[in-house]
Amino acid sequence: MQPPLESLTILIAEDSAADRMLLSSIVRRQGHEVLTAANGAEAVEAFRQQRPQLVLMDAMMPVMDGFEAAQQIKALAGETLVPIIFLTSLTESEALARCLEAGGDDFLAKPYNQVILAAKIKAMDRLRRLQATVLQQRDQIARHHHYLLNEQRVAKAVFDKVAHSGCLSAPNIRYLQSPYALFNGDLLLAAFTPAGDMHVLLGDFTGHGLPAAVGAMPLAEVFYGMTAKGYGLSEILREMNAKLKRILPVDMFCCATLLCLSFQRSSVEVWNGGMPDGYLHSVASGERTPLKAQHLPLGVLSPQTFDDRTDVLPMAVGDRVFLLSDGVIDTCDANEQLFGVERLQRVFAANRQPDALFAEIEQALRDFRGEARDDVSMVEVSLLEATQVSPPALVYSDSGQCCPLDWSVSFEFRAATLKRFNPLPYLLQLLLEVHGLRAQSGALYTVLAELYSNALEHGVLGLDSSLKRDASGFTRYYQQRSTRLDELQDGFIRVNLQVTPKGEGGCLTVRVEDSGKGFDVERVMQRPADGVRLSGRGVGLIRQLSRNASWSDDGRSARVEFFWEALA
Amino acid sequence: MADTHLDRDVLSALQEVMGDEYSTLLDTFLDDAEERLRILRKAEDAAQLMNAAHSFKGSSSNMGAIRLAELCHELEQCAKNKNLSGVEKLVGEIDGEFALVRPLYEAECRRSSPTKAIVPRF
Repeated sequence: MQPPLESLTILIAEDSAADRMLLSSIVRRQGHEVLTAANGAEAVEAFRQQRPQLVLMDAMMPVMDGFEAAQQIKALAGETLVPIIFLTSLTESEALARCLEAGGDDFLAKPYNQVILAAKIKAMDRLRRLQATVLQQRDQIARHHHYLLNEQRVAKAVFDKVAHSGCLSAPNIRYLQSPYALFNGDLLLAAFTPAGDMHVLLGDFTGHGLPAAVGAMPLAEVFYGMTAKGYGLSEILREMNAKLKRILPVDMFCCATLLCLSFQRSSVEVWNGGMPDGYLHSVASGERTPLKAQHLPLGVLSPQTFDDRTDVLPMAVGDRVFLLSDGVIDTCDANEQLFGVERLQRVFAANRQPDALFAEIEQALRDFRGEARDDVSMVEVSLLEATQVSPPALVYSDSGQCCPLDWSVSFEFRAATLKRFNPLPYLLQLLLEVHGLRAQSGALYTVLAELYSNALEHGVLGLDSSLKRDASGFTRYYQQRSTRLDELQDGFIRVNLQVTPKGEGGCLTVRVEDSGKGFDVERVMQRPADGVRLSGRGVGLIRQLSRNASWSDDGRSARVEFFWEALA
Repeated sequence: MADTHLDRDVLSALQEVMGDEYSTLLDTFLDDAEERLRILRKAEDAAQLMNAAHSFKGSSSNMGAIRLAELCHELEQCAKNKNLSGVEKLVGEIDGEFALVRPLYEAECRRSSPTKAIVPRF
């Protein structure tokens, strides 16, 4: 349907009084308001003051001609389209061209024809409205874009507070992420466990923009919350998967690689769900072992079918784990060719300065594609000497007035529990209610973890620690651990904790017993304590970090003590 | 024959558009034309001549003065081509043509508004 013709205000600039009068009558009869001017200067002034929507302009006028007036009016109108129709009996193409150059939009020849004039005014009005609509929509888009950027800025600021609460700034982590990686769905998190291990997550949510970013917050919360409480990768993975499965729509999920670097055990535990291969670079051999995706991404499978099995690989000091997002290998060149794994490996092979690796990969991507991408995430984590790592002190928010000082507790964890439950976070939280123990929480957790895994792996599961002497045995050891745990029917681990006050301070006694065969305590004790250690029962470490460590019942029962002095 | 000087169809269209102001329009045109003629007669160079002839041509054509518009067009072309030899003769012819159509327009004025003794100025 044709919209009702809107009455326009039309400026008529014409020096001939009769022509001006005639044209005014014609235009008025067509339902428009008329302003008149007898020369170009008057026309510009009338436009400045009354902003007519359309101008009928004679070309030849005294004082200021129509060409000059048209230019000035167009300049005053700015982005708004004010159509100018030149009134002329000019016939030479050169003169007509001059009208267009001066900003004219159409011509009307003398003698005037009412029908043609009405049609031209209507056409120009359509054009004018179109331009106004375009400008309005442009401004609206600009406004929305501005809002969106502002929302992203706020979301990013909030998220950065959460994401960077970890230890991405630790000396053994180098990473590269675009500032708005969050809105590409990329996520990089790192945190120390209470025992001083380091958890690292590189994730990639499906999609882009805010939808890709919304899952990041709950994922980060689970990662940091559970890591700080001492949970292992399996428990964290299960929780993350269940949470994402619950909150994300079906077509959204998160590819992720999760690492646990243990500086004390010189190993890395890996779980890769749907991410490109990561690489473990052994400095001694120069070899790069791919860390392949062996699982579906987080948020796909139900908690019942989710597979939290991890791989454990030995690492030496200086070895590096390199992880990357698919932005790297999926970068396309002008011919839709992928950058691919082979090109990436050539960059690896050509690399001489490990610290230059990121820059070299970026350069290779730029050379390949011709421009940089903003969705490339890379992280490299190296293994340090355990003594070089300094996890930040935990912050406690309680007042310290209700600290328990005289108690004991015993647990017995049996086969069905041992299979799927890790009691260490609970035990640690219980013990950290004792304020005097908080200063040594790292040592406490490490010793508890060693005692528990000794009891489970060597005691209940009967695994031979000497397997871990070399890298292939290392892998076999963890395969056997997984199989035997799956098949476990009997057995138990008992943990007894006893806290007693001693003067102004106190003492914690930990006893861990298992149902296994025990071991030759004296022979193990005689072995020299070596720093780099793949095998053995962690006896050296336990003796280092706790007091009065002793074994009884043929090694089936371990006992250690922790002391603290008066608190300041 | 009057029809080679004035286009009657144009005049009736003008009357329809202008209504009551038809005679005012014609009167305005006559005043305007006197002014143009004065400029034509004392024009000092080709450019002035060309502009005046051009404007006069435009309003003449709007008012249906066919022959006057034609003569103005010829003058405009002469001035444009700097062919000034025929200018004096053409200005004379334009003068003559205007003297001829002027009474026709005045008669038209009287015919359209017989009650008005004096035509008000625009």
